[in-house]
Amino acid sequence: MAHEHKLEIFRGLVKFKSNTQKIWGVLIFLALITAVEVILGIYKPESFMAKFLGMKLLNWVFIILTIVKAYYITWDFMHMRDETKALRRMVVWTSIFLICYLIFILLQEGGYIESVYSNGYVKKDF
Amino acid sequence: MDTTVANTGAEGKTWGGGNEPLKASYGKMMMWFFIVSDALTFSGFLAAYGFSRFKYIGSWPIADEVFTHVPFFHGNYPMIYVAFMTFVLIMSSVTMVLAVDAGHHMNKTKVTWYMFLTIIGGLIFVGSQAWEWGTFIKGDYGAVQTKGGNILQLVDNTGHRVAINDIALDAHGERVAHERKNGLWFVDEGTLPAYTVDEVYNGLVANPNVLVRTQIINEEGHKTVLSREASLAKLKDEGVLVVQGANLKVNEYGTSLFADFFFFITGFHGFHVLSGVIINIIIFFNVILGTYERRGSYEMVEKVGLYWHFVDLVWVFVFTFFYLV
Repeated sequence: MAHEHKLEIFRGLVKFKSNTQKIWGVLIFLALITAVEVILGIYKPESFMAKFLGMKLLNWVFIILTIVKAYYITWDFMHMRDETKALRRMVVWTSIFLICYLIFILLQEGGYIESVYSNGYVKKDF
Repeated sequence: MDTTVANTGAEGKTWGGGNEPLKASYGKMMMWFFIVSDALTFSGFLAAYGFSRFKYIGSWPIADEVFTHVPFFHGNYPMIYVAFMTFVLIMSSVTMVLAVDAGHHMNKTKVTWYMFLTIIGGLIFVGSQAWEWGTFIKGDYGAVQTKGGNILQLVDNTGHRVAINDIALDAHGERVAHERKNGLWFVDEGTLPAYTVDEVYNGLVANPNVLVRTQIINEEGHKTVLSREASLAKLKDEGVLVVQGANLKVNEYGTSLFADFFFFITGFHGFHVLSGVIINIIIFFNVILGTYERRGSYEMVEKVGLYWHFVDLVWVFVFTFFYLV
């Protein structure tokens, strides 16, 4: 069985010589992102505290970094990069669509219930 | 294999079967589809966590104040230990993908070693999670629960937490646990908390620098600390139960939903890691026995690898939504 791996990451910006080398390269990248997350999580810089689309900017940064990490785990560790387009889309698009839908519904509803509570219709603090 | 599978005469015909339009074997494809459904289960849990969090957005516990311990070290180190756990899991993902790569080159020794390292990484992770659970269940400072189910914690005037058992003073009137032998024989009662609310109140009266902190988050993103008078009144009027640690019913860190979701989501994930370790061990022994060498393909390592990476993938999200956001 032939196992060709696509050895480029960052859209061809970095090209590795072998699959093993690519794995270590991706590990370094993932460790770097985790380190950035942890440092931001511990120090919580004031400049990231501004609100943006209903959430703190810092939280958006965390979520985006998480999705970046998830992308590289799926694409390089799980070899999604080497699968056919059809399999990739079946797996990735289906989950992304359903997960976005689920998140939208539940968070919308949670926010609504919170507004009912905080408008004083329900006593919580006793 | 040719001796066991009969030729159907349909080879090479598009609809004749035996085609692999996705260039992936049946087993690998089904592992991917299992992962999709499992990913949806986990997103259901995490979205439900988000729901509860949005519902109690003004009073949700702050993770940095909950998970502050590191084994063998005293003091306040938020995030450090989970960061270590995350790194261990990513590292074991790397050894797994190296095992898959070695399998492609039919290198049995390397596959064996990398599988072994993966299993060790998984065990370290599960062990860390058990420790994390233990610390969370034991709790540290203790708190008082109000009639409305809210949590009142104690702080000194510099904002540092004060432990319940450091200030509680003996109060008159002893509340004994109800047992079957000295009351209604068909009713039983669990262990009573170590202190009563009256004892905590006496302690609060005796320590003029101690204040009550509610779970409501103020504009600066901190929990609200009450004035001295308001502290005394709040504890006297509303406190009903002394809470130490967290379980499915009470949680000294804030709303009990936080503890429920913590146990459920990290527990479900931990169970995945555990089953992943067990499957890895089975594959590990198959590798040693030379099963895949004889089969001529290490694809089984690749399939279990997919599952193992998925466990890592889920942890990345659990880490973000439980500890960072």
